[in-house]
Amino acid sequence: MSKIAKGTWVEIERVLLKPEERAPNLPEETRKCPYVLRISGFLLEDAELGTEVRVKSLIGHEHRGVLRVVNPSYGHSFGTTVPELLSIGTEERV
Amino acid sequence: MSRDMSYAAVMARKNEIMKASMGMDYNDFIQSPIAFDYERMMHETGYGLEDIVRIQTETKVGQTPLFELKRLTEAVRAFAGPGKGATILVKDEAANASGSFKARRASISAFDARKKGYKGVAAATSGNYGAAVASQAAMRGLNCIILQEVFDSRGIGQPEIVEKSRACEAYGAEVQRLSVGPELFYQLLMTLENTGFFNASLYTPFGIKGVETLGVEIAEQVRQRYGKDPDAVVITHAGGGNLTGTARGLLAAGCDHTRIVACSVDLGGLHMASDTDFNRKSFTTGHTGFGVPFATWPDRVDVPRNAARSMRYMDEYQLVTQGEVFYVTELLTKLEGLERGPAGNTSLTAAVTLARQMDRDQVVVVQETEYTGAGKHHNRQLSFARENGIEVRVGDPVDNVPGKAIVIPQRLEQVRGKVQDMDKLRMSYLKNAVKAHPVDQWSEGDVAFLAADLKKDVSWIKTAVKELDK
Repeated sequence: MSKIAKGTWVEIERVLLKPEERAPNLPEETRKCPYVLRISGFLLEDAELGTEVRVKSLIGHEHRGVLRVVNPSYGHSFGTTVPELLSIGTEERV
Repeated sequence: MSRDMSYAAVMARKNEIMKASMGMDYNDFIQSPIAFDYERMMHETGYGLEDIVRIQTETKVGQTPLFELKRLTEAVRAFAGPGKGATILVKDEAANASGSFKARRASISAFDARKKGYKGVAAATSGNYGAAVASQAAMRGLNCIILQEVFDSRGIGQPEIVEKSRACEAYGAEVQRLSVGPELFYQLLMTLENTGFFNASLYTPFGIKGVETLGVEIAEQVRQRYGKDPDAVVITHAGGGNLTGTARGLLAAGCDHTRIVACSVDLGGLHMASDTDFNRKSFTTGHTGFGVPFATWPDRVDVPRNAARSMRYMDEYQLVTQGEVFYVTELLTKLEGLERGPAGNTSLTAAVTLARQMDRDQVVVVQETEYTGAGKHHNRQLSFARENGIEVRVGDPVDNVPGKAIVIPQRLEQVRGKVQDMDKLRMSYLKNAVKAHPVDQWSEGDVAFLAADLKKDVSWIKTAVKELDK
């Protein structure tokens, strides 16, 4: 597997609480999942995907976790068109 | 020796962590498990209205325009009864730095953090407040950490919250993206303890004082243009800070007779800590999942006592459906040429119902807008709902079922909302008060505090408590 170079902008993931360590009184479907953190930062040493690494966040704080994504990006959008919205408000026009 | 970082151990250190992270000791104000000196706590922030205006002007906050929605008002008058159809106004809070009224809420915390010598600010928030704190921190030269509940166990993020992550990083903040669960607060406490940052909680006196200017501006702008006080102000309600701050500002400006109307999107039946319900909600805030629990027990927050106490000021509480809000959002765009986000459009939806019932010469103010865009846009929320198996169709909004069916009205006339029973909310509050402190130990001070907190008199509280026993 190819190495990701030190200094690359990446996203890491870390389990903060295992299911048995979580808060009391959670609904069943939530209690069975681990409590997970994802955070982006600059990689502090050459590493491979899926391995334990350290990163420096945008404010220079160090975090550790498993290397998950290289060059994480925002893919959110306006979504596929919802035709039901298109005709709302048009009937009021001359 | 390393500190114990287990859930229980960190939560047990809550009070000392809070004290260190705010430079403020709540024990100075607390009188019992129920009562505390609310007004003295608000006063002792040390910031008066004039100071707040000055601080906010420095960081691009406030003096936002108040627009009359002429075409929407006309559309309501077309079906309202004779002499009915109040003028609908909207305060365009999207004009604040970071695009929402939350900039007001963040501004004083950022100023105070800088003044007290903190190196950074941290806040746990999945909404506009994160972007507001990040933006205000940027202008004050402070580091910023925002903790957000973003994704479910499949790793799928709610599109609106993903947009908030982007906005916070855009302003240079470190963003900690977390899976579903109330442990967001645990992670906040650990972060505050490890970094020594200032706790820019939504619920401190700073957060609420910052919103008072919004109420004052509404009073001044309505008086100047219409020669009278606003008849009603509609406020989207979740944690209670928007309502509390705005109402306090209106009262400070002398609007004693303005009706304070809360409004939330009805998400009844969906659980807020549920991993599977998380992405079945098409609104991330301004809904009953926050609005009702915070109204009926404000002190369930990340500070020892909440400065946002909505029932102190609320005169009525309107509920609207998701479909109704999406319809009115589209109508605002098409009739008024304004593309705005869900928070303000929730109260705008209730304003349609209120305007229909109010007289033509009356004025109803929607007190905020927020920006919209990728992720936040109603088209994205509806397409995301479809992707998650929720039925989206046109019909009568009474058939709307949260998490199952979103019904978009066919006509404005079908936007009716519904009224929440205020006394029922007050009774739930009292039940929570009994849980916090047994009735037989209540002092006269506790009863007086409860009366003020529920906008009722002492005799009402005493009678209501007897009802609880039955």
